Amino acid sequence: MPEKISIRIDGEYVAAQEGQTILEVARASGKYIPTLCWLESITPVGACRLCIVEVSGVNRLLPACTTPVQDGMSVTTHSEKLAAYRRIALEFLFTERNHQCAVCVSNNHCELQAMAQRLGVNSVRYAYTFPKLPVDVSHERFVLDHNRCILCTRCVRVCAEVEGAHVWDLSSRGIRSMVICDMSKPWGESRNCTNCGKCVQVCPTGALAEKGFAVEEMVKRDAKVTRLASRRGGHQ
Amino acid sequence: MKKTRLATVWLDGCAGCHMSILDIDEAILNVAARADVVYGPLVDAQEFPKAVDVTIIEGAISSQEDLEKVHAIRKRSKLIVSLGDCAVTANVPGMRNNIPPRKLLERIYIEGAQENKVIPSEGVPALLRQAVPVHQVVKVDLHVPGCPPPASAIAFVLGELLEGRVPNLTAKVKFG
Ligand code: SF4
Ligand code: SF4
Ligand code: SF4
Ligand code: FES
Repeated sequence: MPEKISIRIDGEYVAAQEGQTILEVARASGKYIPTLCWLESITPVGACRLCIVEVSGVNRLLPACTTPVQDGMSVTTHSEKLAAYRRIALEFLFTERNHQCAVCVSNNHCELQAMAQRLGVNSVRYAYTFPKLPVDVSHERFVLDHNRCILCTRCVRVCAEVEGAHVWDLSSRGIRSMVICDMSKPWGESRNCTNCGKCVQVCPTGALAEKGFAVEEMVKRDAKVTRLASRRGGHQ
Repeated sequence: MKKTRLATVWLDGCAGCHMSILDIDEAILNVAARADVVYGPLVDAQEFPKAVDVTIIEGAISSQEDLEKVHAIRKRSKLIVSLGDCAVTANVPGMRNNIPPRKLLERIYIEGAQENKVIPSEGVPALLRQAVPVHQVVKVDLHVPGCPPPASAIAFVLGELLEGRVPNLTAKVKFG
């Protein structure tokens, strides 16, 4: 049995178990922390930094999705400082790629777009980089549009952990990072891809989509994939 | 009460945002009662007037002409509102931004043309290297994203501005 401990979230005492993350405890006690890369029952990686929280006695902000709770910890999930940094994290996601929501398959069904609305990001203060990026249409049924990718690695993790195919990886570092298929092949030539579509369903943006959908038509069903992952005893 | 001097400007956008201003139905009567529309696509004035209280800009800054206009507009406006994604993010006009303008024009007017293969140069402003959001060039006081922004948001924004308040748009608008 994992040891029972107690932590404080926004001043309130909540029960937790050793080994849980701050995010898990917060969610279990009905507290909202914004997340983008996190996905239920899948290993968290702390890629997007939307879930940052303040922990008293620690003088840097910590991602709630990867930070384990400790007995007596006191966590702040909402403050002006956190709002400012979350906003910056979102703005950078918009500047790093090309997001024209109005002509995107995921318009009105996109987690990035919805998060910007929720956090009040109505404009981006930093200059857009307008990078030139490819769109991989080589797969029979699916499309990967790098213009919309936020490098959350949900596709990478779900393909490896749930489907067991491990088609996706990240190449390069920092702003040059790209999602790559089978160590850099067009998706249509992948030998490992089983065409299951799980990566498409969990992708929070319009980066992965099914072919044949027009603007606004791509609605994702990530719950199907996470339910399967949890039934198989995925990351708890 | 003194009427608000209101201007609307159409830069690199599709006119959809201006159409959405007209979409606010009877709220437009309130605007008419409280504001003088001193400049806009349907107003005769050629020059952008002086001492404008509120200027609403649709569209990205894409050409030399847009650039000159927006600097003059900033000097003559107390408050600038970027209306719609093209003004706020560069949006669709910005999709050309990773192609050099010369190549873009050649592709369209020479490779893409059946006859009369020339790049127009007379009477059209030169394209900037990139189409950019308004606030990348001048200070913008309020951003109203959307493609186009919903009429309800426009009615709310105009209503607040004409009451002398700066509207809080958190969670009321979105990109796209
Ligand atoms: S992925 Fe989301 S944020 Fe990006 S263009 Fe598409 S709808 Fe907009
Ligand atoms: S379709 Fe399935 S197997 Fe293919 S890349 Fe996506 S998750 Fe992996
Ligand atoms: S393709 Fe989608 S799921 Fe994969 S990293 Fe990019 S945004 Fe995330
Ligand atoms: S949700 Fe924690 S870093 Fe993305």
